[in-house]
Amino acid sequence: MAIKTEPILLNLGPIHPSTHGVFRMRALVDGEVITDIEPVFGYLHRGIEKLAEQKSYRQFIPLTDRLDYVASMNNNLAYVTAVEKLAGIEVPERAEYIRVIMSEIQRIISHLLGIGSFFNDMGTFFTPFFYMFIQKEKLTDLLEMVSGQRLLFNYMRFGGVSHDLPDEFLPALNTFLKEMPAEIDKYERLLKENEIVLARSKKVGILSPDMAINSSASGPVLRASGIEWDIRKADPYSIYDRFDFDIPTGTVGDCYDRYRVRVEELRQSIRILEQAVAGIPKGKVLNPVPLRFRPPEGEVYSHIESNKGELGFHVISDGSDKPYRLHIRAPSLLNLTALRKMLTGWKIADAIIIFGSIDICVGEVDR
Amino acid sequence: MTVAITGEEVVGALDKELKGAVKSVESEGILVQAEKILDIALCVKNNKNLKLDYLVSITGTDYIDYLEVSYLFYSLDNNKRFTLKVRLENKSNPAMPSLTGIWIGAELQEREIYDLLGITFSGHPNMKRIFLWEGFHGHPLRKDFSNGN
Amino acid sequence: MEIRTDSTSLDIDRHEGNLIKELRSSSTKPVTEPSGWLSEDLKRNIFLTTVDNVLNWGRKSSLWTETAFTACCTFEFISLSSSRFDIARFGMEVLRSSPRHADLIITAGTLTWKMAPQIKRVYEQMAEPKWVIAMGACGITGGIFADSYSVVPGYNRILPIDVYIPGCPPRPEALLAGIELLRKKVEKRSFLQG
Repeated sequence: MAIKTEPILLNLGPIHPSTHGVFRMRALVDGEVITDIEPVFGYLHRGIEKLAEQKSYRQFIPLTDRLDYVASMNNNLAYVTAVEKLAGIEVPERAEYIRVIMSEIQRIISHLLGIGSFFNDMGTFFTPFFYMFIQKEKLTDLLEMVSGQRLLFNYMRFGGVSHDLPDEFLPALNTFLKEMPAEIDKYERLLKENEIVLARSKKVGILSPDMAINSSASGPVLRASGIEWDIRKADPYSIYDRFDFDIPTGTVGDCYDRYRVRVEELRQSIRILEQAVAGIPKGKVLNPVPLRFRPPEGEVYSHIESNKGELGFHVISDGSDKPYRLHIRAPSLLNLTALRKMLTGWKIADAIIIFGSIDICVGEVDR
Repeated sequence: MTVAITGEEVVGALDKELKGAVKSVESEGILVQAEKILDIALCVKNNKNLKLDYLVSITGTDYIDYLEVSYLFYSLDNNKRFTLKVRLENKSNPAMPSLTGIWIGAELQEREIYDLLGITFSGHPNMKRIFLWEGFHGHPLRKDFSNGN
Repeated sequence: MEIRTDSTSLDIDRHEGNLIKELRSSSTKPVTEPSGWLSEDLKRNIFLTTVDNVLNWGRKSSLWTETAFTACCTFEFISLSSSRFDIARFGMEVLRSSPRHADLIITAGTLTWKMAPQIKRVYEQMAEPKWVIAMGACGITGGIFADSYSVVPGYNRILPIDVYIPGCPPRPEALLAGIELLRKKVEKRSFLQG
């Protein structure tokens, strides 16, 4: 006969070392086992969708940076492609290549931090994290070269990007691409077959394929459950149809698979970057677009495969110089839909790992 | 490419099931009656040809005269997408059925629309504010919302 | 022999005479320098200072930060605490999740009204003396989100701020400069202030 204890309401967050920002959960625990959980959102709700209605199309670009602040360029890219689709703006060839390079660099940064903090949650307090942070800093320097900023870049524009690459950029990126595979091998040697990692993450927090689709999960979370769905392949935006890369998928959908998918995506991003660096043409990087322009009346939904999943911008224009309505389909928020089902029945220490393996960014969850 | 299914295709495939629930047919979707949304959503999900099994996004918009909710679906197998729209004329107390029974992916998005636009989804297991705190006055994404500061 | 109120002048004279006698008997050798008063092994271990200096030296050299970070600026703080910018030079690499252990809040990120009670509570739970650095534009005025319906226009609505660091987000170097300013402020603190 199982021993029952009195249920306790346990509060986690919003200020908590493992909630990845200001996320909060109210857990009902029986002893150490979670019997029910309620995620509480909104501690970083900044009203970005309302602010979009008060700003011109161009003025809104810097605000998109602050959605998923780990990968600002991806947010920029999703927004500018949506407005370009709405207004029919052409982008020069070189700018498309630069966009792909930036997007993949951001994916590497985000996955490095995601994997690093996942191991933090598992108890390897900050050692793998800081190893990965070394590489993140190298990439941050590259992005600083092109944009002058270290975190929130505001680099993309309608019709291209704000500046051309400096001369030092491509050689520096090449050096990084040469070094990085060995670095990934180093992480793998340390962590992939580690006894504790296997014991704590295998078969923990399983998300079945049906549940993944039903709960609108996307990105690495969806792919770890075995669904081969990547918008870069399914609906190629920018020039992703020119690159050769694979979609890594998991088989079980547990925390370990989500970690493996992210590591494999690091390698795929390096593959894309190598092809992009080899193929980047010369030419201009920005087609002139007036500062205050008025797209025609209508609506558009445009999506990209961001580091967290499907990032979509639904822009509705009434013909004026401001968006009439702008809705952001945030992958971080929707990946949390299944959280309740994933956590129920696990112990508190496992819940922290499962939550960490989803890899959210609260700026995007709450907007 | 994720190809958009036109409204005509869906109306053609689901002629029997729709039974006059369609208000108008657009190039990339259909506008349907709010009360029938549950039946229609179940049809497009289970129809063998359409197989729109993935609910991508729900957007609510305030068009001054009415509120519009637009649902975007994908078919992951066929790589297609489709939009379903609903209009609510009653702005003082807008309500419509919830899709959480079919897709739990609708849960957080419907709460978001309730919070920011004030549309109540009947049948939702946890219909309360998601981002703003209890006691917040008004719904920010309504066009007549005033900031207060 | 003591001097009382009813002592005669002869008593006082005798008392003074005894003092002279004692001094003379104990002063047979020349007086050494003060350093000679201490035993050899203590000589290099003692220095003289004020209470203020000692307390402030300890406080400024171990400013422990509360992990009450809200948004984007967090990553610049993590950069600062990693090996490249090395905040451990200032004894600040220790991040505390419990407010009881922390001396400092660095307000890394936008503050919303929903979050404000939590931050205020954490501040109130911290032991005195405590300091607050407003990091980034959002921490100072609400920054790019100042017009929003849910954003607090600056942390100084709810907390007393010691140092403001502008930027969106401030670079790690800027954060270091801000920390230097705070250390100077800590140095000037007086024991009498409490």
